[in-house]
Amino acid sequence: MVKSKRSKAADLAIAFVCLLLIIICLLPMLNILARSLSSTEYILRNQVLLWPKGWNVEAYRLVLTDSKYTWSLAWTAILTVICVGVSMTMTVLCAYPLIYRDLKGRRFFNTMILFTMYFSAGTIPHYLLYKDLGLLNHPLVLIIPNSLSVFYMIIMRTFFYSIPDSLRESAEIDGAGPIRILFSIYLPLSKPVLATLSLFYAVGRWNGFSDALYYMNERKYHPIQLLLYNILNAVTSIEIQTQEGFASAPGISDTIQAATVMFATVPILIVYPWLQRYFISGATLGALKD
Amino acid sequence: MKRVANINPRRIINYLRKYWSLYLMLSIPIAYFIVFRYIPMTYIQIAFKRYSIVQSPWEMPLANNHGFEYFLKAFRNLDFLYALRNTLLLNFLDLVIGFPAPIILALLLNELTFPRFKRFTQSVVYLPHFLSWIIIAGLAKQLFAPTSGMINILLNRLGFESIPFLNDPTHWVFTYVFLGIWRNMGWNAIIYLAALTNINPELYEAAAIDGANRWQNIWYITLPGLRPTIFTMLILSLGHILSSELDRPYALSNPLVNSVSNVLSIFVYRYGIRGLQFSLTTAVGLFQSVVCVIFLVAANALAKRFGERGIW
Repeated sequence: MVKSKRSKAADLAIAFVCLLLIIICLLPMLNILARSLSSTEYILRNQVLLWPKGWNVEAYRLVLTDSKYTWSLAWTAILTVICVGVSMTMTVLCAYPLIYRDLKGRRFFNTMILFTMYFSAGTIPHYLLYKDLGLLNHPLVLIIPNSLSVFYMIIMRTFFYSIPDSLRESAEIDGAGPIRILFSIYLPLSKPVLATLSLFYAVGRWNGFSDALYYMNERKYHPIQLLLYNILNAVTSIEIQTQEGFASAPGISDTIQAATVMFATVPILIVYPWLQRYFISGATLGALKD
Repeated sequence: MKRVANINPRRIINYLRKYWSLYLMLSIPIAYFIVFRYIPMTYIQIAFKRYSIVQSPWEMPLANNHGFEYFLKAFRNLDFLYALRNTLLLNFLDLVIGFPAPIILALLLNELTFPRFKRFTQSVVYLPHFLSWIIIAGLAKQLFAPTSGMINILLNRLGFESIPFLNDPTHWVFTYVFLGIWRNMGWNAIIYLAALTNINPELYEAAAIDGANRWQNIWYITLPGLRPTIFTMLILSLGHILSSELDRPYALSNPLVNSVSNVLSIFVYRYGIRGLQFSLTTAVGLFQSVVCVIFLVAANALAKRFGERGIW
């Protein structure tokens, strides 16, 4: 097919707009990377844009030697690993039985689960329940209450549905029970979606903020986002500044803030290539419409 | 006769022998939903009762005005009214400005003719969705800082005045909306891109024979193909008109913009968890949930009236 000249110009215009979008998406991250690696005097002279000036890794050294910050990073990493384990177990336990079309009560369970997507009791009832259960300020409050996402469970179930029933039926004829079939057929065939959902859960926990703010007063159990919030707002609040360490001369706080943001971002950037491999075709979310 | 066969104990035993393990597996997530999603719903009655720390919600005494004391109190509370206005304002702007953005992006990507560049663009625009609002607020505070931020440095060098992106209420509102688009545009485009792949390519071939240009293709084939998805997403968005996440306004706000950044989630946090006014804030939460459900149901009914599929 021969394309007209005008269409070619339009193609380039569209590519240009996309290029602009790419720049807008990456700019803030490049900026903060540059600032974290620059020396204070250049930042104070407003000379740091996208390239570090006056190469300086002092901020990273300061952040890494701050025991509160490194502990929070380590604690959040531990928390994330535990959460992924718990969440994936719950997700499979919930999705797998529901694919048996002749399971009695299946409709009831489905409705009961879906209803929670549209109506929630609200912040305070949850808070009061955790208080009654003794979960407040207990590390479990960051693990259990949001361990199962209905949204991810539906993705898991949709994937299980795509595995042909005939495989299951032939295994049943051979005398295998549901548990055997789960471990020998469904889980091995679902590795890509298991990996993807694990990463989604992991990112969710790593980025989680409000549950810690609501339910966790114990400083040693503060996940990284909460500590980061306190550090980033330390400039406006002297009180927190002294509490969080890092109290230092003006200017240096800019590079330190930049470095703390980098530390919280890098784990996401590391797992991102694996994360996006699966959803890039849009297949997962497209399946959700049905 | 069939009925009798169904309750035949042997059949039940056979059925249970086959499926008991499925029920065992399911019991754990079902217990989870009961404890962490349904039992909190019984605490909603606190909204109609006078909270007491030593009693269970069932035993607390009914509040004045037939239990509606705290709803009336909320609507006489200036902080609540401001929070309500701000929540509606920010959600409305998110809807009007933010809702079309992923559709436009999906159309753009669909028209992009360089496959490798397209894939690269997708990878990059999806990325911000995976950054937390705390991190984004950290990025934004440095990028938009009044004197030392990169954007204002560039503006100054070009001879313009600095713009107080995050430090002036009006500017803050638009920065808030822009950052929302920045974070979610790519991610929300995925569902439209998936819908695009379902459009029959023969339609485009037929249009090409008729001599349709790019705009006509978009207007008469692509957009109608996206229509059901657009309606589904619109219904879901309307169901969030009064919902309010904490992370985004809380992380982006600062004392200079409290007049527009204090939304309902922040109100509930300050008055409830910090201020211990549990009945008042439970009432506010219930008000939010009920309004959201009403909007969702109404939007769904309206869409069905217009011949769309709706979400249920």
